[in-house]
Amino acid sequence: MENNNKHNHCNEAHTHEKHCITTETCNNHGHDSHESHEHHDNFITKYIFSQDHKMIAKQFLITGMFWAVLGGLMSVLFRFQLGNPDDTYPFLEAILGKWAKGGRISPDAYYALVTTHGTVLVFFVLTAGLSGTFANFLIPLQIGARDMASPFLNMLSYWFFFIASCVMLSSLFVETGPFSGGWTAYPPLSALGDAMPGSKSGMDLWIIAMALFVVSSLLGGLNYIVTILNMRTKGMSMTKLPLTIWALFFTAVLGVLSFPVLLSGFILLIFDRNFGTSFYLSDIFINGVGALSNEGGNAILYQHLFWFLGHPEVYIILLPAMGMVSEILAVNSRKPIFGYMAMVGSLFAIAILAFLVWAHHMFVTGLNPFLGSIFVFITLLIAIPSAVKVFNWLTTIWRGNVRFTTGMLFAIGFVSLFISGGLTGIWLGNSSLDIHLHDTYFVIAHFHIVMGVASMFGMFAGVYHWFPKMFGRYMNNSLGYIHFWVTLVGAYLIFWPMHYQGLSGMPRRYYDYSIWESFKMYTELNKFISIVAIIVYATQILFLCNFFYSIFKGRKVQDSNPYQANTLEWTTPINPGHGNWPGEIPEVHRWAYDYGKDGKEYIPQNVPIAADEKEGH
Amino acid sequence: MSAISIKKTNKWDGGHSPFNLEYGKVMMWYFLMSDAFTFGAFLISYGTIRFSSVGWPDPNHVFKTYPFAPENVNAPLVFVSIMTFILIISSVTMVLAVQAGHNNDKKGVIKNLILTIIGGLAFLSCQAWEWTHLHHEGAWWGSNPFLNADGTASTTNFTNYFFTITGFHGFHVFSGVIINIVMLIMTCKDVFVRRGHYLMIEKAGLYWHFVDLVWVFVFTCFYLI
Repeated sequence: MENNNKHNHCNEAHTHEKHCITTETCNNHGHDSHESHEHHDNFITKYIFSQDHKMIAKQFLITGMFWAVLGGLMSVLFRFQLGNPDDTYPFLEAILGKWAKGGRISPDAYYALVTTHGTVLVFFVLTAGLSGTFANFLIPLQIGARDMASPFLNMLSYWFFFIASCVMLSSLFVETGPFSGGWTAYPPLSALGDAMPGSKSGMDLWIIAMALFVVSSLLGGLNYIVTILNMRTKGMSMTKLPLTIWALFFTAVLGVLSFPVLLSGFILLIFDRNFGTSFYLSDIFINGVGALSNEGGNAILYQHLFWFLGHPEVYIILLPAMGMVSEILAVNSRKPIFGYMAMVGSLFAIAILAFLVWAHHMFVTGLNPFLGSIFVFITLLIAIPSAVKVFNWLTTIWRGNVRFTTGMLFAIGFVSLFISGGLTGIWLGNSSLDIHLHDTYFVIAHFHIVMGVASMFGMFAGVYHWFPKMFGRYMNNSLGYIHFWVTLVGAYLIFWPMHYQGLSGMPRRYYDYSIWESFKMYTELNKFISIVAIIVYATQILFLCNFFYSIFKGRKVQDSNPYQANTLEWTTPINPGHGNWPGEIPEVHRWAYDYGKDGKEYIPQNVPIAADEKEGH
Repeated sequence: MSAISIKKTNKWDGGHSPFNLEYGKVMMWYFLMSDAFTFGAFLISYGTIRFSSVGWPDPNHVFKTYPFAPENVNAPLVFVSIMTFILIISSVTMVLAVQAGHNNDKKGVIKNLILTIIGGLAFLSCQAWEWTHLHHEGAWWGSNPFLNADGTASTTNFTNYFFTITGFHGFHVFSGVIINIVMLIMTCKDVFVRRGHYLMIEKAGLYWHFVDLVWVFVFTCFYLI
């Protein structure tokens, strides 16, 4: 027996040797040598053109926060208009100038605000800000790698995002205003420069910014995928990965396969805008101008290309939040995650189904009803993996020894919002109901709760939970509690009433509802929603103060594993340098969820399986 | 120790690449998948528009000439066949360059890379000629001089898609040539000799073959069907 073991072991060593065809393959060993000496970075290489995944994560986070503040402010501004369509606010003219003549936001400005709010929140905050931050931060730390597979491309990914941000920001200041045709940029409003002021140079900048964003997302996504596949530390098999990593993996795959389709759609759109083609244009008659010469194109084609990205995009936004919430719920309930393989399987199912449901955004485009019924069926199938996930989150906290940290509260809030918003998704997924509900406030309520606010909650949960790892300090708890409760209650107060508005047919994207007799009954309700929106927005300022104050003045972390968590990021020093572990990368022997096993409170992943211990989950 | 050694070893267990590949190659494969979706979206858009149109120009009529041809020549698809042949041959020389890299044969790598670059440039030149020729006939983005096969008036979408998609493919060939030139310079400067392997050439090769493969689909869509 002894002999046999030895033989096996030799074999293992031998195969391992063979795997090392290049130094790059053996990343763990290859990087060790240059990590041992601490190279002193100057300000530029440490904070600006940094190749350290942790710094790049923080850059993504702070840029995302900048956009969240701006995008949120836009929603407050257009809620002013919706809440009090008859009042004027002289201070608005002071800020917005010609966009709010006489203190009332102009229709052009209103549409610009709605469009930019959507674009910025969906792409810049909840895609780059969310998966850019946490994929960068958590992947190397949780799989046990020194850095991303290609730190250089990773840096480029951020800087493409940065340039995209600059271009998008500059579009807010052009003479004719930013793009105003809705975040989905449907032609003809997006394709015809003369359609409205917001379709002119603002749209050119919008589309350039988005193309740069696609490049950023591609560079980032390729890195995340390859890092997870190739760079796991010894013993970290795929089924020992924390669920955060699985979620980020599927997110990256979705992004790498769906953004290019959007890029194709945008390239065709650029040609339609600037080079006289008619990919999306046909049979257009304009009052006073006459018929346009464009012939043979199809505006619905753009919608197909857009939603082939657009629907996976929803899961690009949602999956990272799901992964982080799974991790945070398990750590703070002191229980293993319930149904690990079911969680992985449901993530996989969601990732596949995400590609097959895009036309449920297009039930009213004249889509063949039979085809529509297929999309209804596949859409409703998503309820299954989603329900599996919800069930597993609830059973994870069930009878757990729950610690109500701020991160945990936001994770629970995520589950609550995901349930509330997910249930209305079943309504909207049915084409027969959707024909009535399409483009109403019901849709606004649905996607803001299930995707917007829920993912924001996932992001907040992640920030509060991993703040000690990011900055070596804690955020203030009391401020965190206030932030949580106001935001949760506020989110429901804002979006719950919108369901009723939508059911009674109130369309989205209208400038002024007070002129319709049928929506007069909602005057007070609209005012109420606007007031709550302003309060919730103000509360986010509280979060920002907490965040930035805590970076410099927060309570210092004393223990390298403050949550008694199992994952590898807590085996690094409190303030890990570039390379994460000062010595060898720890080897992994168990999954990430050994909480309360064999009477032990927690067993980190790098603790070997004891002789009398049963392995597995 | 004995507890560990009893465990079966599995290539997915971490500590090394499960595919036995360094990261750059895995990344290239994923990039190519992503790029395949870009081209796929273009070609499917093309198909959607084409099959919802009442008619479409006949490629045998549009592409019937070649450089220095006599007036009124009728040689359908001859020129594009030569272009396609050149591109496919350049894939063969690329394979030979990769193979030479495996054998650490620097001279072979240089020779075959140069041939591949020449092939790429020749293809691009052919495309430049074809575009110029079509442009002289009045074809461009937004203008289509060709009638439908049945003689009815055609929309501009034939030329719109032709120039956009072959242009996007040509851009890929162009970047492939640039990559190959960089590879050539690196080979001449002994970068790969110092590294001890020519894996970079393999990655460039993957990209080059992909671009050739895409041409097969583009060729089929615009010239054959």
